[in-house]
Amino acid sequence: MQANEVQGIAASPGIAIAKAYVMQEKTFEVTRKQDISAEQEMMRLREAIQQSRAELEQIFHNALEEFGEDQAGIFEGHLFVLQDPEWLRSIEEKIAEESVNAEFALDQVTKELIQLFRSMKNAYMRERSIDIQDVSRRVMGHLLGASGQVDSPLEEPVIVIAHDLTPSDTAGLDVKYVVGIAADIGGRTSHSAIMARSMGIPAVVGLQNITGRINGQTMVIIDGMDGKVIVNPSPEQLAYYEEKRDIYRDKQEGLTKLINEPTIMADGRRVELAANIGTPDDLEGAIRNGAEGIGLFRSEFLYMNRESMPDEEEQFQAYRKVAEGMDGKPVIIRTLDIGGDKELPYLQLPKEQNPFLGYRAIRLCLDRQEMFKTQLRAILRASRYGLVKIMYPMIAALEEFRQANQILAEAKEELSRENIAFHPDIEVGIMIEIPAAALAADALAKEADFFSIGTNDLIQYTMACDRMNERISYLYQPFHPAVLRLIRMVIDAAHRKGKWVGMCGEMAADKMAVPILMGLGLDEISMGASSILPARQLIRQLNYGQMKELADKALELESSEQIRQLIQEKVAVIRRTDG
Amino acid sequence: MVEKKIVVGLEQGVHIRPAKQFVKIAADYECEIFIHKDDNRINGKSILGIMSLAIDTGEEVTLIADGADEQEAIASLENLLTGREG
Repeated sequence: MQANEVQGIAASPGIAIAKAYVMQEKTFEVTRKQDISAEQEMMRLREAIQQSRAELEQIFHNALEEFGEDQAGIFEGHLFVLQDPEWLRSIEEKIAEESVNAEFALDQVTKELIQLFRSMKNAYMRERSIDIQDVSRRVMGHLLGASGQVDSPLEEPVIVIAHDLTPSDTAGLDVKYVVGIAADIGGRTSHSAIMARSMGIPAVVGLQNITGRINGQTMVIIDGMDGKVIVNPSPEQLAYYEEKRDIYRDKQEGLTKLINEPTIMADGRRVELAANIGTPDDLEGAIRNGAEGIGLFRSEFLYMNRESMPDEEEQFQAYRKVAEGMDGKPVIIRTLDIGGDKELPYLQLPKEQNPFLGYRAIRLCLDRQEMFKTQLRAILRASRYGLVKIMYPMIAALEEFRQANQILAEAKEELSRENIAFHPDIEVGIMIEIPAAALAADALAKEADFFSIGTNDLIQYTMACDRMNERISYLYQPFHPAVLRLIRMVIDAAHRKGKWVGMCGEMAADKMAVPILMGLGLDEISMGASSILPARQLIRQLNYGQMKELADKALELESSEQIRQLIQEKVAVIRRTDG
Repeated sequence: MVEKKIVVGLEQGVHIRPAKQFVKIAADYECEIFIHKDDNRINGKSILGIMSLAIDTGEEVTLIADGADEQEAIASLENLLTGREG
């Protein structure tokens, strides 16, 4: 860190280099007057609220056109506050009981409310105190006869520097000139951060006192990846960040172009690039990053952080939301994968010596069949709303798969009897994460519709190495020949039976692993949403024929290290030939 | 007067958007509406009140409606809080 660099919280990625524009915080002098007529003060208050409402309605409609529904929703929220009967009552009560002027009463009530919201446990709710402040200031402005906008209009690209940007502040800005945002306070969920992300401009928040270090006309650099602000950069810093900006921009443009492009290898082989999600809230990111499906919906998140089991209806709603959201693209719902490192207090599972080798995932579901059936019914009901597939985790033996399908058949029968519609031919697959399943994949491939390889556990069980144990982390080797050979066995067994194979472990998003995985013939690959576009860019540059050769070579090598070296050599060659 | 215990099913609890929907629905009815959570009683037509309860998913609240259209009000608010609508 150099002396002119200030560290904050990275809130929106990118690099901006521009002159600073410091937002002045509007402060009002609120004095307490006591010789007043309460009736007259209430009249003044209602009038100021009325004027604020008219103003906000205007801003709301402008925001709707300029930013869309999400941002406009903030101002709609402000309108709700102005119409809040309890808020008005509490201010009027203060006026009447303490016989004070409207400004003083409004100021008092606002302070109490802000106190209340700032003490909340949830960060998002804490950040909402700024909305209360914002509404209150608007009304205060009318009470004191001050006009809303005192900042000078923007005429050139600027980086907006503020103590904390209120929604009203941003509404008053000409956004086409705003290239970056820096704020003293706030976190990733503050208004400035959300605003910047929706505008696609870099932002750094939580800088403590950036407003105190900058005046108008200062040159500023914002690094939204590292969460840094550079004040009055030196020529060296300027050159460094200009280059970083251009690299980021080119990369983003290259990636953005790929959002709606298929994932096709250089010689025409097509693979499906999907997203892993935990809750329906992750959908937005998956779609924004061009996911071609959901390769893993971790249903256990619906069961976690609560006192009791989610019922069929609640699960159905969540599955349906994802199925509909993906609009006909495949959605693979993994049935409850709990136990091991994930606990549910209300299940009251016995403590075990070896939880990772114990009573968990499908083993638990086959024992607690009612719970399992409830989930299967919910998934079946959601299957009408999109292309839903079911996947069982932790299958070790064929009998388990058959038993699970037996319960699925019962769930289907029940629904039919109740005249509830579902998709009768829903695909059912197996998550391959136990070496036994990989070694006996040929038997499983006869009966399963597809496989998805869960590398996190597969590596752990193959290497007999606990992933969380740092002392033996050297043994957790995705590129160990044994692991790659198991992956090849699974893929080959499925392909011989005409079934497709995907992968949903962390290895799928590893740049180094992708060339080999493509060469081994994976049909689908699923990862966190933010990894999708870089993976698509990489896969489109790879040639399937060459990758097959690479994989064949790799599987003859003796160690992780040799295999990694080979990939580095070969993929570097591919990058160079690609230009 | 109708009283109904409800377990909130909205995934992220009652944050701003559901709170807005709640107030919108409540405003459509003549009857008085209150929410009870723990020992707090809140006017169901007050957005700040609802937000200040910071209702999280899986928590239990009690809805109380009192007036001519109390039954309908409770039914549609229950749909919202359990996440069954839409």
